[in-house]
Amino acid sequence: MPHIGLRPDLFGITSLLAYRPETAAALCQLTQVLLRGPSSMTEAERELIATYVSQRNDCAFCAAAHGSAVCHLPGGDAAQVEAVRRDTGSAPLSDKMHALLRLAGKVQQGGRAVSADDAAHARAAGASDVEIHDTVLIAALFCLYNRYVDGLAARTPDDPAYYEALGQRITTRGYSMPPNGYQPLHVNGSH
Amino acid sequence: MPYIATPDNIPGIRGLMNVRPDAALALDALVQALLVNESPLTRGERELIASFVSHRNDCTFCKTSHGAIAAHLPGVNQQLVQDVWRDHTAAPISDKLRSLLDIAAKVQQSGRAVTEGDIAAARALGASDLEIHDTVLIAATFCMFNRYVDGLGATTPDTQEFYDLIGRQRAAEGYLTTSVLMKPAP
Repeated sequence: MPHIGLRPDLFGITSLLAYRPETAAALCQLTQVLLRGPSSMTEAERELIATYVSQRNDCAFCAAAHGSAVCHLPGGDAAQVEAVRRDTGSAPLSDKMHALLRLAGKVQQGGRAVSADDAAHARAAGASDVEIHDTVLIAALFCLYNRYVDGLAARTPDDPAYYEALGQRITTRGYSMPPNGYQPLHVNGSH
Repeated sequence: MPYIATPDNIPGIRGLMNVRPDAALALDALVQALLVNESPLTRGERELIASFVSHRNDCTFCKTSHGAIAAHLPGVNQQLVQDVWRDHTAAPISDKLRSLLDIAAKVQQSGRAVTEGDIAAARALGASDLEIHDTVLIAATFCMFNRYVDGLGATTPDTQEFYDLIGRQRAAEGYLTTSVLMKPAP
């Protein structure tokens, strides 16, 4: 049961964005820029950072939604999502991605947990200043989303088919607010 | 010294935001919608929530900036800001705001730390759904900003004059105008 009155036909972050469109507009704009805007990082890499941080914050909705997005994007697959969940260090990723995930993991703990060495380590592995900037801001953004979703107890479906459909939607339509408002997802199965 | 190169060496968050102007526009719009535009919470109350969460995250730049902004708004002064930092359960604020700060403190730890009991306590003191929503989202948003600022090692000035400059400007103008820290265009 959500802590506040949310539309019963929507779930997770979607139900919160629909509740307060005035703040949702800026959140959607920020997410679209960071995860879909021009970047030297692939969309799958950026979604993997979002997934990793959400896993570490124990936010089931965001971890499943963005994990599904990784699998729908070129260069991403379920093995990466599973690997970063179980043991990030041994995940089959580039040295640069390992260093950026390590940085994101520090950001998840707290801004003060990040040291100049973490940034230097990422740079030595080939990350640019903008990639370091974007990694920190994506990790910080998911520390926002994870708290928003679980802090208001937004409904979190159990059905994997829901996240399959959501991953499809956010990889085809992106994060911009739909002009006619949020509609329930069409899911094969119970939703 | 920030961990990355920032244009013009502007201190605090503004220097970081200048690295990515498209994200900066969205960040400004978010903080304007949350802390300035219409809400059942006063601007002073919202800035106090922002400063309180930043204090709990040990983010000196955000804590002092939003404390200074709050102190420039009606109903708040610098003493009250410090009282809230020190112990919000004893600060001279309304019981409703105290219960909302309790929720914000839980959000600062984790979304999962917020309980039905926290929500019920705020509701019993008159908090509406929208006030609870805005409190959670402001607290969550500052968990982002604090990580952004300290996670990239933003330059954090240590004089109250610096923060008063920001406080005066943002209390008067909101967040959509060019920062006083930016050099005027030639």
